[in-house]
Amino acid sequence: MVTTLDQFETVIGLEVHVQLITNSKMFCSCSADYSGAEPNTHVCPVCLGLPGVLPVINEEAIRLIVAIGLSLNCKVSDFSKFDRKNYLYPDLMKGYQVSQFDLPICENGWQDLEIDEGLFRCGITRVHMEEDTARLLHRKNAGGSYSLVDINRSGVPLVEIVSEPDMRSPEQARAYLISLRQLLRMIGASNANMEEGNFRCDANISLRPFGETELGTKVEIKNMNSFRSVYDALCFEQVRQAKALIEGENIVQETRGWNQEKGITISQRVKEEANDYRYFPEPDLPPLTLSNDFVENIRSEIPELPSAKKQRFVSLGLNEFEAGTLSEDRSRANYFDNLVESLEGKSERAPKLAANWMLGEVARWDNEHVGKELSEFPIKADSLAELIVLTEEGVITNAVAKQVFEKMLSDGLGAKQIVEKDGLAQLGEEAGDELVAIVRSVINDNDKALADYLAGKSSALKFLLGQVMRQTKGRADHALVQSLLEAELEALE
Amino acid sequence: MTISKEQVQHLAKLARIEITDSEVRILASQLSDILEHFEALEDVDTKDIAPTAHPAPLRNIMRTDEVEDSLSKEDVLQLAPETEDGLIRVRAVLE
Repeated sequence: MVTTLDQFETVIGLEVHVQLITNSKMFCSCSADYSGAEPNTHVCPVCLGLPGVLPVINEEAIRLIVAIGLSLNCKVSDFSKFDRKNYLYPDLMKGYQVSQFDLPICENGWQDLEIDEGLFRCGITRVHMEEDTARLLHRKNAGGSYSLVDINRSGVPLVEIVSEPDMRSPEQARAYLISLRQLLRMIGASNANMEEGNFRCDANISLRPFGETELGTKVEIKNMNSFRSVYDALCFEQVRQAKALIEGENIVQETRGWNQEKGITISQRVKEEANDYRYFPEPDLPPLTLSNDFVENIRSEIPELPSAKKQRFVSLGLNEFEAGTLSEDRSRANYFDNLVESLEGKSERAPKLAANWMLGEVARWDNEHVGKELSEFPIKADSLAELIVLTEEGVITNAVAKQVFEKMLSDGLGAKQIVEKDGLAQLGEEAGDELVAIVRSVINDNDKALADYLAGKSSALKFLLGQVMRQTKGRADHALVQSLLEAELEALE
Repeated sequence: MTISKEQVQHLAKLARIEITDSEVRILASQLSDILEHFEALEDVDTKDIAPTAHPAPLRNIMRTDEVEDSLSKEDVLQLAPETEDGLIRVRAVLE
């Protein structure tokens, strides 16, 4: 049904909720680390919403939301306040959620995204602070359905990031989420893990005929718990809406839930009263007037963001792929930076050499150790640099370098030590006689290859070369062996 | 300005309060009276006054991010009318 989409432009805006990494909750001193905690043990009168309590703003949460806002190129407001969002639901202890209505902490930013078609900019409407709700578990038994409440999550700092309706495809939406997650992790604001529930996404999607400037009727999609499900739900929904529009139906403005198993969105019963939140200023929390110093201090502590890192890596001479892969993970990028620094002045190709090793042998270790970060990689950057320098200076061959690398991993010894101990130094000009002897014996021992070579099969030369390298355990200078072999064979022709 | 019976019923529904028809009539009239009192404020010229976000002259009251003891689980659960496995039991929110 892809053809139906040709007539319409898809418009997507995303609302993302992220839990911040703080020790304590947003407005009280209960531990914010609810995962794995025994239910209802991180609870106090404040997050329980008992009468007469006084909530107090967690400064670290404010620092983190400002860092998020700055990273998303937002304006940090010099005056913001909290408001009560009133609704009744069993996950809400107070009967209202402390949120921000008209004066959010951060507004009007953007995020640049790279997708296959090129760079595109997604506007950020606002980034505001609120508190998480309690966790509900739904149960069923012979007597019927009921729900159970764990209050530990109630009051955990939550930031809502609202994008402009700037995305035009599920691919762009996915790119936005991936880059947002990367950014949040990079600045240490959130673990941003959708499966764990500390990064949640609701999507607004509408269609309109190409060329139309007015937005079509939008549908909100909820219940997506992975990047994949966001992408799948949007793909499904744009086709559903396109079909309906072609059939001349009206799109109903509603909330639809994504059903993972069936791969469809399902209309959720929308209570008519649901959106009457009766916001009013939170009387228990005085407004925030964040000073320029406060904001600039946070700005100075924000680490280099992935996009800036990537640009810097490209300027070092890496290609797009190398720069992209190395910049997307903080510990990988740090290791690369350390490696380049250790190689400084020792090779003019330092960044390229470092990238080759990072994307080759080091990436292999990384892939084999899922869940570990490169900061835990047993070979320190300066040790790896030593190995790279030995290779660059021709002390050892590339093939031997890989053996040494494995030894460094298994034995924890330095590259020079291993090369000396195991006698792995390259056999070059000075070992010419030794190499000639090996070359001759290889030719003698491989009649068939010799016959093939003399019959004009060039692959036979490669075979013989491989045999020599094998006999020298990869230590022989490749180019030298090739010229020796050619000379010997020529003499036989 | 008057508060209609429909508005009272709407508010009662939002607050999950059951009220009788006669209560609706009484509340509509009382709430209308209260609003009328507040209308006196409309005589004040507020053209050049920014909306007040908070009546107290306090700003930026924040605490350091430190964990302190929470209530005991027993103290928390005894506040609930019904519990199960250390959780608070409520009526079904999903059918």
